[in-house]
Amino acid sequence: MFEPAQQNGSPRIGFYVCHCGHNIAGKVDVTAVAQAVARFPGVVLSRDYKYMCSDPGQQMIMDDIREQKLDRVVVASCSPLLHEHTFRTAVARGGLNAFHFQMVNIRENVSWVHDDPADATEKAVDLARAAVRRVRLHRALEQKKVPITPAVLIVGGGIAGIHAALTLASAGKKVYLVEKEPTIGGHMAKFDKTFPTLDCAACILTPKMSAVRSHPNITLWTYSEVTKVEGFVGRYRVTVKRKPRYVIEELCVGCLECIEACVFKEGKFYDEFNQGLGKRKPVYIPFPQATPQLVLIDPEQCIEFKSGKCKKTCAEKCDRDAIDFKQTERIEQIEVGAVIVATGFQTVPSEKVPFYGYGRMPNVFTALEVERLVNASGPTGGQVVTREGKAPKAVGIIHCVGSRDEKTNRWCSRVCCMYSLKLAHLIKEHTGAEVFNFYTDMRTAGKGYEEFFYKVMDDGVHFIRGRVAEVSDWAFTPDEEGKLVIRVEDTLIGRVRRVPVDMVVLATGLEPGPDSQQIRRLFNMSCSSEGFFLERHPKLAPVDTFTDGVYIAGACQSPKDIPDTVAQAGAAAAQVLALIDAGSKELEPNTAYIVEEECSGCKSCIALCPYTAISFDAARKKALLNEALCKGCGTCVASCPSGSIRQNLFQDDEIFSEIEGLLTPVT
Amino acid sequence: MRYLYYPGCSLRSTGKAYEESLLSLFRALDVPLEELDDWNCCGATAYMAVDEDKAMALAARNLSLAERQHGRSGQTQLVAPCSACFLVLTKTDRYLKGNPEVQKVVGRALADAGHSYAGTVTPRHPLDVLVNDIGVETIAKKVKSRLGHLRLACYYGCQIVRPFASFDDPRTPSTFEKLMEALGAETVDWPLRTRCCGASLMGTIHAVGMEMSYSILKEARRRGANCVVTTCPLCQLNLESFQQEMNKQFDDDLRMPVAYFTQILGLALGIPNDKLGFNKIIIPPPMTSGAPQGGEPARV
Repeated sequence: MFEPAQQNGSPRIGFYVCHCGHNIAGKVDVTAVAQAVARFPGVVLSRDYKYMCSDPGQQMIMDDIREQKLDRVVVASCSPLLHEHTFRTAVARGGLNAFHFQMVNIRENVSWVHDDPADATEKAVDLARAAVRRVRLHRALEQKKVPITPAVLIVGGGIAGIHAALTLASAGKKVYLVEKEPTIGGHMAKFDKTFPTLDCAACILTPKMSAVRSHPNITLWTYSEVTKVEGFVGRYRVTVKRKPRYVIEELCVGCLECIEACVFKEGKFYDEFNQGLGKRKPVYIPFPQATPQLVLIDPEQCIEFKSGKCKKTCAEKCDRDAIDFKQTERIEQIEVGAVIVATGFQTVPSEKVPFYGYGRMPNVFTALEVERLVNASGPTGGQVVTREGKAPKAVGIIHCVGSRDEKTNRWCSRVCCMYSLKLAHLIKEHTGAEVFNFYTDMRTAGKGYEEFFYKVMDDGVHFIRGRVAEVSDWAFTPDEEGKLVIRVEDTLIGRVRRVPVDMVVLATGLEPGPDSQQIRRLFNMSCSSEGFFLERHPKLAPVDTFTDGVYIAGACQSPKDIPDTVAQAGAAAAQVLALIDAGSKELEPNTAYIVEEECSGCKSCIALCPYTAISFDAARKKALLNEALCKGCGTCVASCPSGSIRQNLFQDDEIFSEIEGLLTPVT
Repeated sequence: MRYLYYPGCSLRSTGKAYEESLLSLFRALDVPLEELDDWNCCGATAYMAVDEDKAMALAARNLSLAERQHGRSGQTQLVAPCSACFLVLTKTDRYLKGNPEVQKVVGRALADAGHSYAGTVTPRHPLDVLVNDIGVETIAKKVKSRLGHLRLACYYGCQIVRPFASFDDPRTPSTFEKLMEALGAETVDWPLRTRCCGASLMGTIHAVGMEMSYSILKEARRRGANCVVTTCPLCQLNLESFQQEMNKQFDDDLRMPVAYFTQILGLALGIPNDKLGFNKIIIPPPMTSGAPQGGEPARV
């Protein structure tokens, strides 16, 4: 029924099967495949070749098209994700329409996943038959080009977002940097020193933060969240919600006198920046170098918001009248050509590892808390002390908390060994305490990292190999009284040890942020199984996503340290520059279209479209499809009761022929 | 909810005091506890480690008997006071519901003996039944004498919370303390409440078992407890009966009463001592506020 008429000697199909070295030929008998396909109707030429994607391979396709007057081409090789574009280009250079081509994946779908060579070969032939049947019906299609708006949205103002923003802005592109917290800086701003060089984190970060603030090409929106993303590569329309600070940004100069004047004489509330180790007032600034240097009021805590009866000493004190209790949230609409998602990570919540006693025993700290303790502008002014205010004589640092563990997260968080070494060094330097590191394996791969490890060992820090079983206040011997006892199997001496300490530091691992799923949906990205955003290719497209024009950088993609994060942010910025400077991008023509005469105007497709690409023309009682918004998912095509929605590259006859080809018995 | 009572071997031997106090307690609470007819060995945790299939077949027979006795309504709760019985029955029940291989092997063994198990029985520990079915408040209302003189170290042992934490947190459980506090007793916060007592190591590798049990008692005393309360007959035996030997070995002077939680509940509910099996334990807990901590250890 779908047999195409053989007119004027058409079709003339060329078939090529690739060895891919041993990747395919090691399992699939490629010669047999070529021989079998040669006998299929319409196939005028069937070849096997070592590497079809190589220059000679492509040249062969181009030459054959001219010399053998081919009008259709099928290549059986790897995944279309890798080389569909390569072969389409070769077909086009040979003089055919690029879409008179079909690719068969006999590597990922056949040779890599099957054990039996005979079965694999048979499956490869079946898939080739399906493609040969299908390609005969392929229509010539044209690719649309979309212009790229030379503006970029960067989501997340940690070191990744900051670095990407500055790179793009200095290349003359308009950047919108959106950060949900009141200040940019992210996790890095909380760190005291950075490994392995022990540069002061603030000293290297804050100049970049103020450069962001003052750069004419960067619009910085902190305390803001992206709420809606519409459109497509080159023209994303983005809605940003800017939460009210109750302080007029244009008037506040960051003199902080309102904080001094607040009716709360002392800080009373959880200080987010200091991990709750300090207390802040309802009117506050996250930390001294916060960028932008603007105060904000927490309406959950401020008396004026709760009772309306505050003396409002803060507003009285402000001689610029910057405090505005009636401020409401603002909605901004922007149009950008590309997006970089750099939303970072969260540390594994300590509740996930109850046996280490965090929350039950006061002197169990998280590493982030200790970062704040060692920091000169932290809640203790740089004193590493227990919650009772005493300098510890012995400190245990437990590695792999919530990492490399089937009960929590299976992955290695990559940064914990190094930051534990750094904290061990800093704690020893600040207090002279004995410091014990309890490690699973020391993972110090990085420039200067292993050398730093040796330096810390030379400092006299102790290293005990073993996963800690528990931290408790169970004292068995007199010297354990009043201490935290770390129980661990020391796997180097083969004994269970009890190590009494005054302070325990949990080297908590990294995991996807709390709103990562929401962000994933917003930008139509994928996640790998652990929940980090998925790159387009793990090696060759590490900052691209499967959504055109959306890029990722930093620890939202996988745990990584500052050098790697900055490198990746630079890479993402470079990809965006390449996109913008190209001026336009060709779109895959796999969109749906409506055959108007056949549309009955039932509207069933409109609600189904996940991309709101279909609207209703009330005057003509027809559905209208915006091809620019269509992502080619096929939902409307399959659901249209009258079959009046079609999809390029996925026409009914093409799909049915392919199925027929698969089901035709081998002769 | 209908309760079937599965005593297991311990409650008919070393744990007689547990059975007496448990039955008296449920009678006082008007909750009928009907004994499972023709019950056999639970399968035993020790045997489970040697031959899992046979151990589970033994346990499965008890589950199947429970269905036979009370039908397959899904309402049958099989109350197993011994922690090991509770664990083996729970494990077997879960494996029979979720593991096709175990289903096949055990199912065949049951069929050979003319039995089958449809998976409608829920094994329960009496602590769970008391707290979650009967309720702490209901019990508190029936308290006749408040136990203000007791500072209890509630000792869960390992088996009722791990690996199947069916009614409480596996590492920091709290139901036991809530129940005891409802009687007016104080409880101590201590980290060893779910640590292994040494279990059968006390018989097989005695030195290791001794150290494990001793460290629990020592910590209970350090926290100011005047009585350890337990939910398991083996824990009770290990913790109580070796104290003289521990004192010699560790140069200590322990005299720590170790009572069943059902005995303490019975005391508070005004059940006469002779119905609570106190005559069967070695170091009686302080009965009134005036009594000295512990008693003289009886000669065994």
